[in-house]
Formats: sequence, C-alpha cells, structure tokens
Amino acid sequence: MAHAHTHDGVNHLDHSHDDHHHDKPTGIGRWLYATNHKDIGTMYLVFSLIMFFMGGAMAMVIRAELWSPGLQFVDPLFFNSMTTTHALLMIFGAVMPAFVGLANWMIPLQVGAPDMALPRMNNYSFWILPFAFTLLLSSFFTAGGGPAGGWTMYPPLALQAGTSFPLMIFAIHLMGASSIMGAINVIVTIMNMRAPGLTLLKLPIFCWAWLITAYLLIAVMPVLAGAVTMLLTDHYFGTSFFNPAGGGDPVMYQHIFWFFGHPEVYILILPAFGIVSEIIPTFSRKPLFGYEAMIYATASIAFLSFIVWAHHMFTTGMPLAGQMFFMMSTMLIAVPTGVKVFNWTTTMWKGSLTFEPPMLFSLAFLFLFTIGGFSGLMLAIAPADFQYQDTYFVVAHFHYVLVSGAVFAIMASVYYWLPKWTGHMYSMALAKTHFWLSAVFVNVLFFPQHFLGLAGMPRRIPDYNTQFTDWNRVSSLGGFVFGLSQILFVIVIIQCVRGGPKASAKVWDDATPEGLEWTVDSPAPYHSFETPPVITEENTHPSH
Amino acid sequence: MTEHYTVPTGKHRHRALVIRLIAFALGSFAFGFALVPLYSVLCKVWDTGNRWYGTQAKHVVERPAVDRWVTIEFLSSVPNAGHWDFRSNLTELKVHPGKLYTATFFAHNLSPVAVVAQAVPSIAPSSVAKYFQKTECFCFKPQYFGIDEGRDMTVRFIVDPDLPADVDRITLSYSFFDRPQVAAAN
Repeated sequence: MAHAHTHDGVNHLDHSHDDHHHDKPTGIGRWLYATNHKDIGTMYLVFSLIMFFMGGAMAMVIRAELWSPGLQFVDPLFFNSMTTTHALLMIFGAVMPAFVGLANWMIPLQVGAPDMALPRMNNYSFWILPFAFTLLLSSFFTAGGGPAGGWTMYPPLALQAGTSFPLMIFAIHLMGASSIMGAINVIVTIMNMRAPGLTLLKLPIFCWAWLITAYLLIAVMPVLAGAVTMLLTDHYFGTSFFNPAGGGDPVMYQHIFWFFGHPEVYILILPAFGIVSEIIPTFSRKPLFGYEAMIYATASIAFLSFIVWAHHMFTTGMPLAGQMFFMMSTMLIAVPTGVKVFNWTTTMWKGSLTFEPPMLFSLAFLFLFTIGGFSGLMLAIAPADFQYQDTYFVVAHFHYVLVSGAVFAIMASVYYWLPKWTGHMYSMALAKTHFWLSAVFVNVLFFPQHFLGLAGMPRRIPDYNTQFTDWNRVSSLGGFVFGLSQILFVIVIIQCVRGGPKASAKVWDDATPEGLEWTVDSPAPYHSFETPPVITEENTHPSH
Repeated sequence: MTEHYTVPTGKHRHRALVIRLIAFALGSFAFGFALVPLYSVLCKVWDTGNRWYGTQAKHVVERPAVDRWVTIEFLSSVPNAGHWDFRSNLTELKVHPGKLYTATFFAHNLSPVAVVAQAVPSIAPSSVAKYFQKTECFCFKPQYFGIDEGRDMTVRFIVDPDLPADVDRITLSYSFFDRPQVAAAN
C-alpha cells in the first residue's frame, strides 16, 4: 500500500550527503532495508492487522467453546493457551504496533520533519517483531503446546509449562526491545525534529499523547523484561525470586508485573486519546476545547498510572492502609480522564457535526470507553473488587476500554488518514456498514459479560455452570458477527489502496482538519518536508 | 535552513538525547530488580508477622492467662505434587495465651532419593500473625530426609496474651517444599 510517487517539488540542492534518502528503493529490499518512515509505518500497520486477525481467530475459538456449558471443541489446556496467546497477540502484536505504525506515519508529517530521527533503529524495531511473534507462536508446535498460564505469567503456574515457557519469555524480551526502540525514536523525533517555530505547545495533540506514552514505555517495558528474566532464572538457574521454599514470594511477581502492567494499559489508551482529540475537532468544525488541559490531563494520567498497580491484586492480601491507598489513587484517575471526556464533549458542543466514518468511530470510542471507565471505577472499590476479581466482569471491563476504546480509535485513525496515505477516498458506505456492525455487535459481545461476571462466572475457564448459558450464547453470537464484520475493514482498505476517487491534500475539505499533515499532497509524497515548512496560524492547531 | 536536517549534524544533535533515553531504559531495568529488596523492606515494615517474623525465633517470657482459651488449628500441604506424606499429628489444640506449647508434624520422604525440604509457615487470620510467636520451629531451617526416612518435627510456640479479645481461633499451616538447589549445594 501507499505507492506514493509524486515528489513534493522540493529543491534537491542539498541531497549530495545522503543518497539513499532521496531514491525510492524497489523490490523486497524496499521493505527489508526500509528506513523511510512511511514504509516502516505501513509495515507496522499491516503487521498489526495480521496479528489482529490471528488474535481474533483465537477469540473465536474461545467464544465457540463457550457457546455451551461443558467441553465441545477444544481441550482445557488448549483453551487456556487460546486465552493466553489471544491477549499477548492483541496487546503486543495488534494494538501497540498499530500505534507505533501511526506514530511512524504521522509524527514526521505532523512536526514537519523529513523522517523519524533514527531511521536505521526504526528498521530494527519493526523487523524484531515478526521474529518475536514467530518465536511465541512456534511454541504451539512444541511438547506441551502454547503458553497457557495467562498473559500475566504468574508463578508458579507459568513455570509449569513445557517448552512454551522460555519461548514466551524470549518473545517478550524481543517485543520489549522493539517497543523501547520505537519509543526512543518517537521522543527524539518530537524533541529534535520539529519544524522551526513549531513550539511544544503548538504540537498536535496526537504527538503530545505519543510523547507521554513513549516515556511510559521506556519507564516500564524494562521492568517487565526484569520480571520475566527473574521467572527465567527461577526456572532454570535455581534462584528463588518467587519461590517460597528459597525465601521468595510469588506475590512479589504480581507487584513487579503490575508495576509494569498498569502503566501498560495507559500505553494502550493514551495514543487513542490523542487520535480522537484530532478527529472530534475536525468533524465538529471547532478547535479542540482545552488543548492545554488535555496535555496536563494526559500527563496526570501517566503519573498516576505508576502508583495504582496493586488494585489488580486486592485479593492477594495487603494491609488495610495499602488497600485504601490503591483504591483512592485509582479513583483519582477518574479526574483527569473526566477532564478529557468533558473536553471532547465540549468540543462538539454547538459544533456543526458530520458523521464520516472516523467521526463515527470516535463517537463510539467516547461513549463506550466511558462505560469501560465506569466499570473500572467499580473495580477500584477494594471491598467490591473481592466479588469481581477474576470474573467475567473484569473481562467485560477491559474489553470495553481496549476493543471499543483502543481498537475503535485505531480504526478511526485509519479511516481518518487512509486517504492521506493512499491518495484515494474509500467507500463511505462500506466503511459506515463496518462501523454500525462493529458498534452494535461489540456491545452484544461484551455487555452481557458484565452480567455473567456479577453472577459469578470465572474467567479463563472453558466450562461453566448451566445458569450462565443464555448470556454466553448472546456474547458468542455478538463475537461471531463482530469478528466477521472486521473483514469489511480489510475490504475497505484493499479497495482504497487499489484505487478510488482522488483525495485532495486536505482530504476532508468541508471539515476543518488542522496540522501540517494536510499541507502535503495525497498520497503523501515518499519524501516530504525535506525543507522545513513555515509554521503559520493556518497550518497548526489554532487554539492559541 | 535545510542543513537543519542533514544526517551528520542530525546524528550529532540526537546523540545526547538518545544516550539519556537509553540510560533511562537501563535504569528502569535496574529498578525492576531493585523492587526485590524494596519489597522485602516494605514487607518487614508492614509485616503483620506472616512473611518475616513467622520465620524467626522469638525470645518470650511465659505469663499464662489461665482464664482464656484459644484454639490453634494445624494444617499441612504439599505444593507441586511433591513426594511427601506430610501431616500434623494434632488437628487442633486448645491453649492459654502466654503459655509455651509444643506441637509436632510428621513428614515421610516417599521419593526414591534423599531430599532437602523447606517448610513455609502461614498464619490465619494474617492480622494476628504477630501474636503467634515461635521459639523453635522446623521451618527455621531446611530439613534433610534420606530415602524412605520419616520423622516427627517440632514447633514450640506461645500465643501473646495481648492477642485481641475477639480472636479465639488461629490457624497455623505449613507448606512443605522440595529444595533441590540446597541439596545440590550440600
């Protein structure tokens, strides 16, 4: 995709120092040795889409098995490896690489830079990923099958696996290395490569969201690497980090894991916040309400994410003061998040709204993510959490924030910027059909899981009591339709890559898209901003 | 103006920031390991007696409260399907706070090799663990068992008379772990 070929008419007087930079490579080498941010962004996005469908196929296995009580299609160990690998693929394979792909494509275009700051490292950080996931998925063909101890890898259960255990650990090391390199690249690009005059407080909000996310990644991905390294040495080298017999404590693993894990959930949602903060103003034809408040809210959420981790483990036992602290600090996150939700709503207030596919997905994000936020508040209440812990209520909660939150925002961003990438408009009718099927059936899929959880159905179990059958059927049905309707997404993208009505530079001509990315042609030229753009009121966010 | 972006100066400009960010990432990795001692310290500070003091011998003075009875329940478990017959010789014992008692647990090595084992204690409810004090316990050190060896092991304990008045029942449980790495070191 993105076979961009129009040059943007820059002068080439200064190209002698860097010849590969100005040619467009061809063949497989273009992708293997890619250093162009648009090519790497495309590879990230395509990789993410493949992982989304593989992880989705695993979800279909889970929902098929849960169609009826009892065991029908798969044995329990395979079911557990489905839940484990579904999570790892969706988090580390689909959502995170999609955001890095969007960062690659859009951040240089939004800050007026010719490329990412560190193009060679950019190439490494992408190409590590296919190897990481090959390693992870190859474990399905080893003795003992795929990893089945849950994506959280709690010891001692995670240590009782077969060959899948070291394969999973090494895959996670590689994914972490890839994310850290990607994050360093984003920070250096935003800090050092902005066009002259583009001050930090004129930066598009997507760049701000990604800048903060990148710092979170550098702060916590190494902690996860440390935690899984400790698992590895406990298993193979006789250390006792988590082994009580040697004075260790398995609960400590949960503390270290969630010290990574809670910032991780914000890594999965802050770029989504940035995306909808771009789209809602465009289709409301108003500047974003409270631009600076949005930045401070994002930074506050990032800070708070470091001091709330133990709300994932209220039931493991901790002093009352600890429970109180983690309960209160968790609830505090509702304040900056509420600021964001109200700012989006206020942006739309008295705007002249139109409902193109990116706007539809952003509105669904706003509505459904907030539902996920509310169930999160319920889970934050320590005494109530004892009932919800490890039930389908938790599953419903995090799928609301991750599927109708993060994934919907990614789809919104693809529908927003796809004409900029390909130079073609896509089929609005097909995209809207994709939206309505997704928005309706994501609720059919996940809303009943709240009821199941409150009624006591445990998560990660292939069998259930017959009283849960009805809502499981509804949920499975929703899952099948939601899953199938994602094929429409691929059809829209393929059609748009192949052809379609010519998109203008601004793409959304009758709306008000802001930012430098709309000053380059559609499709964006292979090399853009080789001379830095001149920053004016018109081509940046005019909120100040 | 375009030199602003040329690769040589660009690299130069980026180096300091990249080095700082890599140092940040390495620092985060180190911090992950620093959480291990930090966790031990915090557990000691906030310990109710279960994690740290439960594995240390106490010096106590007997001052029996003969008008009060507390029931001590004994539980035993073997994790990871170890090859042990491990059980308490008593199911429960009525005790006076402030008086020293002795209980025994029996372990029998059913595996075909000599094994070193480690008992890990736990008190329930955990909030009163600090009132359950051991002067001597087989859980204080690893236990060596030859092939087919079985023996009784002793724990001597005292319930602190300051035990809150609403508590009349305390459960002492032991998990009996294999410690192959200790066996290898010997």
